[in-house]
Amino acid sequence: MEFLSSIINGLSLGAMYAMIALGYTMVYGIAKMLNFAHGDVITLGAYTVVIVSSTVLVPAINLPVWAGFIAAVLVCAAVGVLVEFVAYKPLRRASSLAVLITAIGVSYFLQNFFQIVFGTSTKNFPRVPLFNETWMIGSLPLNSGSFFTLIFSVLIMIALTFFVKKTQTGRAMLAVSEDRSAAQLMGVNVNRTISVTFAIGSALAAVAGFCYGYTYTGIVPTTGAMPGIKAFVAAVLGGIGSIPGAFVGGLALGIVEYLSQIYISTQWSNVIVFGILIVVLLVKPTGLLGKKRSEKV
Amino acid sequence: MAFISSVKRTLKKVKWKRYTSYIVVGAWFAVLLLLDLFGGLNDTGSRLMMLAAVYAVLAVSLNLVVGVLGELSLGHAGFMAAGGYIGAIVSKALAPSLPVAAYFPVSMIAGGLAAAAFGILIGVPVLRLKGDYIAIVTLAFSMIVFTVAQNLDFTGGASGLKEIPAETNYINAFVVLIIVLVVIQNFTRSKHGRAIMSIRDNEIAARACGVNITYYKLFAFTLAAFLAGVGGCLYAHTATVLRPESVDYNTSIELLVMVVLGGMGSMTGSVIAAAVLTLLPEYLRFLQDYRMIIYAVVLILIMVINNNETLRRYKDRFFAWCKRALAAAWAKCKTALKGKKKAPAPAAETRETLQAPAEFTEVDETALDERERKGEK
Amino acid sequence: MPILKTENLSITFGGLKAVSDFSVEIEKNRIYGLIGPNGAGKTTVFNMLTGVYKPTAGRFYLDGEDLTGKSPIYINRKGVARTFQNIRLFGKMTVLENVLVGLHAMNKCDPFSSILRLPRYWRTERELKNKAHALLDVFGLDGEAEHISSNLPYGKQRKLEIARALATNPKLLLLDEPAAGMNPHETGELMETIRLIRDGFDMTILLIEHDLKLVSGICEEVTVLNFGTTLAQGKVEDVLRDPAVVTAYLGE
Repeated sequence: MEFLSSIINGLSLGAMYAMIALGYTMVYGIAKMLNFAHGDVITLGAYTVVIVSSTVLVPAINLPVWAGFIAAVLVCAAVGVLVEFVAYKPLRRASSLAVLITAIGVSYFLQNFFQIVFGTSTKNFPRVPLFNETWMIGSLPLNSGSFFTLIFSVLIMIALTFFVKKTQTGRAMLAVSEDRSAAQLMGVNVNRTISVTFAIGSALAAVAGFCYGYTYTGIVPTTGAMPGIKAFVAAVLGGIGSIPGAFVGGLALGIVEYLSQIYISTQWSNVIVFGILIVVLLVKPTGLLGKKRSEKV
Repeated sequence: MAFISSVKRTLKKVKWKRYTSYIVVGAWFAVLLLLDLFGGLNDTGSRLMMLAAVYAVLAVSLNLVVGVLGELSLGHAGFMAAGGYIGAIVSKALAPSLPVAAYFPVSMIAGGLAAAAFGILIGVPVLRLKGDYIAIVTLAFSMIVFTVAQNLDFTGGASGLKEIPAETNYINAFVVLIIVLVVIQNFTRSKHGRAIMSIRDNEIAARACGVNITYYKLFAFTLAAFLAGVGGCLYAHTATVLRPESVDYNTSIELLVMVVLGGMGSMTGSVIAAAVLTLLPEYLRFLQDYRMIIYAVVLILIMVINNNETLRRYKDRFFAWCKRALAAAWAKCKTALKGKKKAPAPAAETRETLQAPAEFTEVDETALDERERKGEK
Repeated sequence: MPILKTENLSITFGGLKAVSDFSVEIEKNRIYGLIGPNGAGKTTVFNMLTGVYKPTAGRFYLDGEDLTGKSPIYINRKGVARTFQNIRLFGKMTVLENVLVGLHAMNKCDPFSSILRLPRYWRTERELKNKAHALLDVFGLDGEAEHISSNLPYGKQRKLEIARALATNPKLLLLDEPAAGMNPHETGELMETIRLIRDGFDMTILLIEHDLKLVSGICEEVTVLNFGTTLAQGKVEDVLRDPAVVTAYLGE
């Protein structure tokens, strides 16, 4: 019984990683860059919820937490697009290392921006009705928050798969990720496609930030850093650039991390998580579901 | 007179570009010595200079992987940690029974060897992987080292390894920096360095030229790890308390920023960038909370301006204009100097005020040249 | 004894026969052509001969030694050097350094002598630099020795790639479409260079080429590949008149 509930909690943690990893992997697939600032978008999302659903914004009226959620998704998507436009777009033809360092700069900027605006003290995430209960399914205690995180991620995954496969923009994204210049020659608006990708990825990070908020309740300027890195690991584990890979990698990472925390040791779980990553890459150098690309001589 | 002109001729023949890094470090060291002699160097100042030298060692060693071998490493602090902890432990064990001059080099070599062992260990997966996957494996490695350091007893756990003998001073720090520079530059300017650069530029062609890819990748990685271990050991003896946080992922990132800002493959650039990035934040303390955000904005601006074709053209034009203006001013000074040889004082003054900005533009230019020369076409 | 002898060299990629039963014998000091339409498997043959691909069947011998399935480095040391269809220079290194990498195997200086700058380092380095300059001189590139190789004009990049291949001291030189992208004047120059390499370096050359004028101009013998199989083989004049070859090139 305890094992089953650990699995569910692990899945929920993994679902959160999966949502972040989807953003990582989509941006990597389409813009061919590691967006190291992605983790900080999670923090931005969480802070937005905190601000909107408190009395700071509209005095005397406590907006519901769901208003905060919607605001977070919109704000993050907008910031994602803005950051892409200001910092990454001028570097379309630069080396990937230059883009990486720029992304690190953006990450520093966001973290310190949060620090100036919100201070270093922990901000409490508002309570979400229904999300902080313990349900009993038979004799199995289930945290409602974990359940909803899982539901969110599954819905997102379904929506995203549908979007990529069935819509014009989604197909444009696939085309750009395969071959940018060929896509351009076929009339795909590459810049717009990349902007859309950043918007979607950042919106997913906002959802992940919301999930993080109601699960862990305390938000600090560096909240998103560690989940960001873990999600990056998840994306690579699943095969970076692959959408199902990010989902599978996220869930796998979550379960491994949670189980090793429960059954082995909290302190050493990171060693296990990162060790598994190295081992997987040794056996399958492109990740679990990644495509192998070989250079033609 | 004949002697002087023959010296002049020999000096002209020397390829100065090869020695810029030594000249820069030597000049920096000389300034420190002079300051120290005249009592202008307080404890905080000399500690800062030591740290700058330590980070220069680390940045230069990372440049061997990133700039020369062309592989992205996000885990260089992991090697620094290995060297730091092992070196500090060796020092603590030997300190009671041996003089400093005997045990400090020993602990530095021990730290370097420990890091090199990790370098080989992590080099094996690196050989099988490509590009961004190498970045993530090195990142994972440094995360593992960080967690292990946090949880082991003999590394002092999360509160850090304490009471490390404070044996680093700016003199031995600079000696180590010079030695590391000599090792790296002599290495890269030999057939081995060329082989490593050929792998960076075109692995398939390198193999067709009979370059042993496996051997050289591993060699570069291990040598870089060794030198980072030495740097880590030096760091431990500067800080005297080695906390896991000082050798975590963020440190790796900072080192990477130094390498990129200094110019890929340019050791001089790495040294200057390491010094600037270590010293500047301290002198900008008055900016308080805004310090880091300004740093972030400047970092983004530098990257965008240097790597966007249109913006770079504007920048080049601006610097060309500055250069012309300076050259004109310099020519004026010269004529003024020649005109009244008996009163050189005012001329010297103008020269000094003019040279300060000149140095800055020149620093930037070398980094830029480097990037353009090795630049992505 | 032929310098290069291949026996039924074949390779399949996932069921697709890229090259089947490729057999040639190339005598020393010959310039041998390998021609055929796009996708005929010419470069694949080169990749097998240099160890990039391992042949699924058949063997090949260099100067009598069986090199089938050996590593690229081993094959290179034994005396096979090549150039690439899409030029592969070490773009961020200088022209001189490119050739010095080619001379890599000849330099017997260990890392420690290099780091400590022992006399051994200075001696080997001086010898190799002299060799490299001499080689560059042959190709008229010595004036640009200190230039960054990717800044060279196209024709010179091709020449540099050949010089680098020659630096590895091969017995057999494989040139993959050396005239690709060249204008008629440059092609003429290249033909001179190739002859000069053969005579001056006592070299055997196997080259892939589309330019039939070049092939008939300098090659003594030629093999025509089509869909991985050998269509015709023999003296250039005869082969190029072969109706099967004409059909492969021009269609029915």
